[in-house]
Amino acid sequence: MKGNDAIGEGAILAGCRHFFGYPITPQSEVTHYLAKRLPEVGGLFMQAESELASINLVFGAACAGARVMTASSGPGISLMQEELSFLAGSELPCVLVNIMRGGPGLGNIGPSQADYFQATKGGGHGDYHIIVLAPNSVQEILDIMKKAFDLSDMYRMPAMVLADGIMGQMMEPVVIDEEKSIEIPPRPWATIGRDYHEDRNEINSLFVILEEMEEVNLRLLHKYEEIRAKETLCEDYMLDDAEVALVAFGTVSRICRAVVDKAREQGIRAGLIRPITLWPFPYDVISRTAKSVQCFLVVEMNMGQMFEDIEIGAKGRAPVYHYGRLGGMVPLAKDILEELKRVSERGGTGR
Amino acid sequence: MHEEIYIAGIGGQGALSMGQLLALAATSENKKVSYVPSYGPEKRGGFANCGVTISDRTISSPIISEPSVLVVMNNLSLKNHEDSVIPGGIIIVNSSMVDLGVKRSDVHVISIQASEEAEHLGDVRVTNSVILGALLELTGVVSVSAVEKSFEQILPKRNLDMIPINYKALEKGAELARVLKKEWSNLS
Amino acid sequence: MRKITARPYSLRDVPFHYCPGCMHGIAHRLVAEVIDELGVSGRTIGISSVGCSVFAKHYFNVDMIQAAHGRAPSIATGVKRVLPDRVLFTYQGDGDLAAIGIGDFIHTAYRGEKITTIFVNNAVYGMTGGQMAPTTLIGQVTKTTPFGRSVEINGNPIRVCELIAPVEGVAYVERVSLHNPKEIIKAKKAIKKAFEMQLNGIGFSLVEALSACPTNLGLSPLEAVKWMEEKMIPFYPLGVYKSPAGVV
Repeated sequence: MKGNDAIGEGAILAGCRHFFGYPITPQSEVTHYLAKRLPEVGGLFMQAESELASINLVFGAACAGARVMTASSGPGISLMQEELSFLAGSELPCVLVNIMRGGPGLGNIGPSQADYFQATKGGGHGDYHIIVLAPNSVQEILDIMKKAFDLSDMYRMPAMVLADGIMGQMMEPVVIDEEKSIEIPPRPWATIGRDYHEDRNEINSLFVILEEMEEVNLRLLHKYEEIRAKETLCEDYMLDDAEVALVAFGTVSRICRAVVDKAREQGIRAGLIRPITLWPFPYDVISRTAKSVQCFLVVEMNMGQMFEDIEIGAKGRAPVYHYGRLGGMVPLAKDILEELKRVSERGGTGR
Repeated sequence: MHEEIYIAGIGGQGALSMGQLLALAATSENKKVSYVPSYGPEKRGGFANCGVTISDRTISSPIISEPSVLVVMNNLSLKNHEDSVIPGGIIIVNSSMVDLGVKRSDVHVISIQASEEAEHLGDVRVTNSVILGALLELTGVVSVSAVEKSFEQILPKRNLDMIPINYKALEKGAELARVLKKEWSNLS
Repeated sequence: MRKITARPYSLRDVPFHYCPGCMHGIAHRLVAEVIDELGVSGRTIGISSVGCSVFAKHYFNVDMIQAAHGRAPSIATGVKRVLPDRVLFTYQGDGDLAAIGIGDFIHTAYRGEKITTIFVNNAVYGMTGGQMAPTTLIGQVTKTTPFGRSVEINGNPIRVCELIAPVEGVAYVERVSLHNPKEIIKAKKAIKKAFEMQLNGIGFSLVEALSACPTNLGLSPLEAVKWMEEKMIPFYPLGVYKSPAGVV
């Protein structure tokens, strides 16, 4: 199955029956797949006039209690940032997929990880977070869609699946577990008409009384703390005796896994840390690892975005290096290996 | 068994279909497989490449930078990718489209006039199947029958009647490869 | 003793924050009365917009959603597509509908969404403090047109009813005014018709209600009514612009 199709099928398996979106390369195949597939399962696919409208249609469907999603690429996700803030403030669940492309500006359609900051640090206004998940295989894309909907529902906030053009185009075999029945949690807060629930519901992110707003902020903060404690996901590979820890997510983590294999063949003790949730970020794993490795090498398709989170996690206990390719270029295993050799020599005699 | 196959050509030559056939065949044989296409922004006539990794162990990276098998279907592809092949690897050249010579001496080279062979069979569109037949013969990465069964999933419904000629093309490619393989002992 | 008037059930028992002479309160009441009369209060969902009417979410005794600036029609569509048997209305001012949100508005109309939009046009931005609206009249002085709106700098005012009436998918369009009792009675009838178009599944319906903002016009409420009669209504003629019978 193709990655972009897995996004669509994963959503359907998760019980999503509403999609609102707008075409943009390299995400368009998600819309092609769902435009055909959703009506087959009694769902609705609707093409909006813009990403701005898409995310507001999503907002409306979420208010009505639906499991709903949209998908886009960088420029479209930028247009949605205002509403992401409103979704976070109104505490509405929904899932977004960003198939990242080269940027800034119109950039290109090459694979990129340049939207890490936008996704994890809050691209919209105000004090909020969204859950960010970064799969690295087609099977994981399929499974993580359900995870994204579940987390989004449980914590009543948007969740984003962050991938790139390679993940979208890649084909790998998958196992589809259709036996699992989907339980969509009740939504007593939904605005579905006063007759259908107790009292009257209001979905709102406007709190003119300052104390009231602070209370809302505090409630969000507690929710975020709970998510940090319970939902952080991270995978490691050959890390136990590693002297150099590679850190990478998504597509690049696959390449880095091959680099670890090659490095080990050459007698270099390399390991890999792969954050699966980018928010909440696995700072604990980084700070634990910082005590045992000589240095970190963060590999990304950007100028060094997740790099900053590794520095926070490492707390100065081990040097952190970065290797990045930009503009839609993909880092090659042999180049990463060269960089790994360079930093392992430097890192060993460093701080 | 672990093969990293990189197929490079221009849009319309069937590079991506070839990769998809390999990936589907490998899936049906329960092998680990990954397929990653890459193409230019043009809807028609731009470069169209794909990488297929087939293995019996977990595939670390689906991104192929040092293939064990390279298929080239135009001059530019040969120029761009010749150096990436691992020593002892295979380069399969469609010499109907490629007139540049392979400079490497540490790899096996198989040159096939695949487009002409396809025309002899009656349809130039099965050029890629001639090449694929040769690839299967040389590597044994998946069985011919598994590939044959995958055609149905790849071909659009209106072209299902092209399945028999594709089978013939696979056979032709294999036959040519068998002959050429004998010269491999010359590898320095 | 016989009760001759009461607060409509679909309006909550909370004090309005609107300024003296503002006509939002009247529009709220008319919408609530219509919802009551149609007996759809329990299955109505309202979308309040950004501007003075931002607090509408607080006043209507139905399920309410607070939209981002200009996005109410898209949000209403999202709800309606999930729950087609519910009654949806957006309550939007001139900035929200005709400036920042005109794209959402036009596309929603063209799709023929079965929702009702109540558009309150007072020709000025109220909440942000009296700046130019897309419906501000030529020559009208506002905080951002201190020498009067000029066509050269600001372009022409948007006539929303005239713009949207010819659109396929639009079932009903009427412009009413809230400046005297006679017109208020007509306004209520229009709002009722608009909701009925939705209930009968005919298409998108719009009622534009002309209103005054004495605070930002710098006029007394009575002077503001006079201003509406002399300046506003001649530029924005009242009447039905579209009904199932066709464009008027």
